[in-house]
Amino acid sequence: MGAGTDLGRVRGLGAAKEGAHHWWLQRVTAIANLVLMLWFVFSLVRLPSLDYAAVILWLRQPVAAVPMLLLIVTVFWHFRLGVQVMIEDYVHGQLRVIAMLALNFYALAGAAAAIFAVLKISLGAS
Amino acid sequence: MATRPIAPRPLSPHLSIWKWQVHAIVSIMHRITGNAMALGAVVLFLWWLIAAASGPQAYLLFMGVATGWFGMLVGIGLTWVFFQHMCSGIRHLIMDTGQGYDLPTAKATASATFVISILLTILTWVAIYLHKGL
Repeated sequence: MGAGTDLGRVRGLGAAKEGAHHWWLQRVTAIANLVLMLWFVFSLVRLPSLDYAAVILWLRQPVAAVPMLLLIVTVFWHFRLGVQVMIEDYVHGQLRVIAMLALNFYALAGAAAAIFAVLKISLGAS
Repeated sequence: MATRPIAPRPLSPHLSIWKWQVHAIVSIMHRITGNAMALGAVVLFLWWLIAAASGPQAYLLFMGVATGWFGMLVGIGLTWVFFQHMCSGIRHLIMDTGQGYDLPTAKATASATFVISILLTILTWVAIYLHKGL
């Protein structure tokens, strides 16, 4: 932080107007992922079987569907931030714009599809 | 997009000069595992969820691939990739608080991420095997 105004320095925002927002969200989603992914792995291991009936029965329960929805949001958000850093480091020029757009479309479309799938299973007629 | 002028400016020695040490390997593995999951595991996760939402036949196709020898290999590999990213991620969070930067600690925690991720992978698959008898 260098030659900004005093107010700018207090807010921690530089010329990019972003400050540490990206960094902070990466950490927040990281901690959410830690909890939700351990729950996810533990739940899958504990299921008596991973066949269709067992997985559907499991995802119909609100105690499974709600954490799954939260997991989708935090995981897709976290990897969107992470892949962005990789693109910023390795992809330059016009290609970077295309890569960044592709990343955003991939993350948003993927999250929407995953959320829809969970809702269809948990709210759909049995 | 503004591009910086490319002038032959002096660079500090980096990848090709420094000796590879465990800290550097953990750091690059964090990036590789993270991006591998974002671009690989996420696609498989989507396939699994959408197949489950589509019906028994679509799900059977997924399970057929997932429980084949190649599917299992990918599954075990991604389990380690996840735990490695998780362990080095926790190390990052600890270092974000300003702790663990002295050389012996930084080296010990870097090595620990590999040991713990391998142990957790073995533990997970032993638990799957005992529970489901795959």
